[in-house]
Amino acid sequence: MKRPRSLRSAALAASLAVLLAACSTQGAPAGGGPESSDTGKGFVFASTQFTPTTEQENVRNKILASYKGAPVDYVTDAENVILDRITAEIKAGGQGQIGLVGLENGQFGTIANGMQDVGKVMDKYKDKGIPADFVNLGKLSGGTQYYVPWMQATYFLAINKKAMQYLPSGADVNALTYDQLIAWGKNILDKTGKRMIGLPAGNNSLLHRLLQGYFYPSYTGGLVTTYKSADAETMWKAIKDLWQYTNPQSTTYAFMQDPLQSEEVWIGFDHAARLINVLKAKPNDFMAVPAPAGPKGRYFMTVLVGLGIPKTTPNQKGSEALIDYLLQSSTQIATLRENSFFPVVKVDIPSDLDAGLKLEADAVSKQATAKDAKPVPLPVGLGAKGGDFNKAMVDTFQRIVIKNEDIKTVLGEQSALLQKAVTDAGAKCWGPDGTSSGPCQVK
Amino acid sequence: MSARRWREDALPFALLLPSVAYLALLILLPMFQALLLAIQGDDGALTTEHLQRMANDVNFRDAIRNTLVLLVLIVPAQIVLALVMALLVHSRIKGHRWLLYIYAIPLAISDLAAGILWLSVFTQQGYLNTVLQGLGLIKGPIIFLSYENIALVFAAIVVAESWRATALVLVILIAGLQLIPRDYFEAADLFGANRIGRTIHVVLPLLRPSLQSALIIRTIFAFTTFAAVFALAGRNLPIVYGEAYNWYTLSRDSHVAASYALVLLLMAGTMTVFYLRVLGVGKEQLGR
Repeated sequence: MKRPRSLRSAALAASLAVLLAACSTQGAPAGGGPESSDTGKGFVFASTQFTPTTEQENVRNKILASYKGAPVDYVTDAENVILDRITAEIKAGGQGQIGLVGLENGQFGTIANGMQDVGKVMDKYKDKGIPADFVNLGKLSGGTQYYVPWMQATYFLAINKKAMQYLPSGADVNALTYDQLIAWGKNILDKTGKRMIGLPAGNNSLLHRLLQGYFYPSYTGGLVTTYKSADAETMWKAIKDLWQYTNPQSTTYAFMQDPLQSEEVWIGFDHAARLINVLKAKPNDFMAVPAPAGPKGRYFMTVLVGLGIPKTTPNQKGSEALIDYLLQSSTQIATLRENSFFPVVKVDIPSDLDAGLKLEADAVSKQATAKDAKPVPLPVGLGAKGGDFNKAMVDTFQRIVIKNEDIKTVLGEQSALLQKAVTDAGAKCWGPDGTSSGPCQVK
Repeated sequence: MSARRWREDALPFALLLPSVAYLALLILLPMFQALLLAIQGDDGALTTEHLQRMANDVNFRDAIRNTLVLLVLIVPAQIVLALVMALLVHSRIKGHRWLLYIYAIPLAISDLAAGILWLSVFTQQGYLNTVLQGLGLIKGPIIFLSYENIALVFAAIVVAESWRATALVLVILIAGLQLIPRDYFEAADLFGANRIGRTIHVVLPLLRPSLQSALIIRTIFAFTTFAAVFALAGRNLPIVYGEAYNWYTLSRDSHVAASYALVLLLMAGTMTVFYLRVLGVGKEQLGR
């Protein structure tokens, strides 16, 4: 008989993680050395970021290379694996192996009860120029500081210059609207017979983020509160329009850089880290431009990754020292150079940056400074219900766009699932929805 | 004397103990835990909430249907293919040893790697389109892996799966063929049977036990076909196994994931019983 996959993979992952940790404490520690014997016990830095092997290696061999503190072992894996491991250590109590965690804002919710209040650590970086919004996000809409901001990323469009000749007249590629993007796609289809827009709608894609941080707020000015509003219906009609000019293989795309590089699509909308390879490989053939604007503005999502210290850290001083190191300007720039995540502290972007990264840095700043720009955080306060929340949105897309079901019916049914996730998590309204005293309500 | 007798009696059980412990700890216990996950709430009380949630999910019906369709497409094709390959290897034609090695190569490749390999064949700018275009058979690339043409997606998965896992069936069938005593063939020759007659009247009946094992194993594996679907179809083709994975990893809901696992267990169990009944192996064959 077959054992259930979920349990088996969890067990396998857990044993692998333990194995990794066991191996690495015997191996040469990153940045450690004989002279660092007084820096305390080595520990694991567990993160959901930088899972591709090259990025992991960059963290170990480049970003952490000049770190002189206690031996640090960078461990990364899929969200569920890392969160399971952190949860396991918290539940076990006492002293664990993990001294520092690097997670996305939303991922802290699940494990918040095992995290220290890092308010005092945060105070040390008052003059570093970390945006106050970011610091506040680290409080997960409560009073306790659960993490110190580490790095940020966002989503924008990467465009093959071959598409430029089909840009609708009157449209500014650096200040597109969704209507213009749709017209552009139509133009390309009419002239070339090909659907050259690409959306990441496959497994492991970040489609839910595009809906949460771009389409929904740009069309409705909200997310949860406006989930089944008349504006939302207009938005879904627009997405269906856009889909007519979108490569149907989009339902298999996870990282837009691949179909962009093979020219299956010319216009791709995705996370910076999922576009960087094609921009680095062909900086002269591609451009990176801000996300389009909708009727309510040019909303964009800021992905904030933070550093938290578990209550079970084996080396308190070491954990704090590593935060200190990761927030240094030179480390922040190294993180940008190697793994394309942008600094949260105020730094001067060096002039010798890779051409692809320059394209991204340029798009990021154009997007943030556009006159109709409105930043949105990742969903706040959903904790373990984040998965249900995302599923409700992606299923809405699946039903309306792929299966062609009636928009109003689907929004009615899916908004109930969305509401359940929000209510179960007790999440108050965030970002574009404003504030609320109880759980955010679909209106 | 009696102590020695006791030791002799206990020995078989002692020898069985490791496998029993293995089965109990690593298979039965997790299975039981999964069952509990599917029917227990967070407070430990019995509930059908998770099962209902699974049944009401957008992808549930599609997942069951697609899993069954894949089963019907993959299993017979592979059994026939493997049988032909096995007979070819067994026929001792020139180079038959090499055939087996070549057939077995895909077994050494992980299923996800195989899925990605076939993705590079079938994707829009993939090898297949490049070759077809190079030969002048098509003008522009055909989009094989589109939700708009789900039959082609199924076809791609069947090809990928057949390539990857037919050798598994093949190995079982070859082992079965090698168990058939040569005398039968000689007797058949004596009565003037030609190759085809020999295959139909001698080989196939004697191969029935192996065919049964191959069918059961292959069917269970077909239920858990995952990586190829994951790589080639993305979200286009929900299957039961993939839904269990998605609920666990993406939605982080182990209860619904376990419910899907339960469905899979029931489906695989039903099919196994079905095979055992329909392809029931006679005593004379077992006693051979």
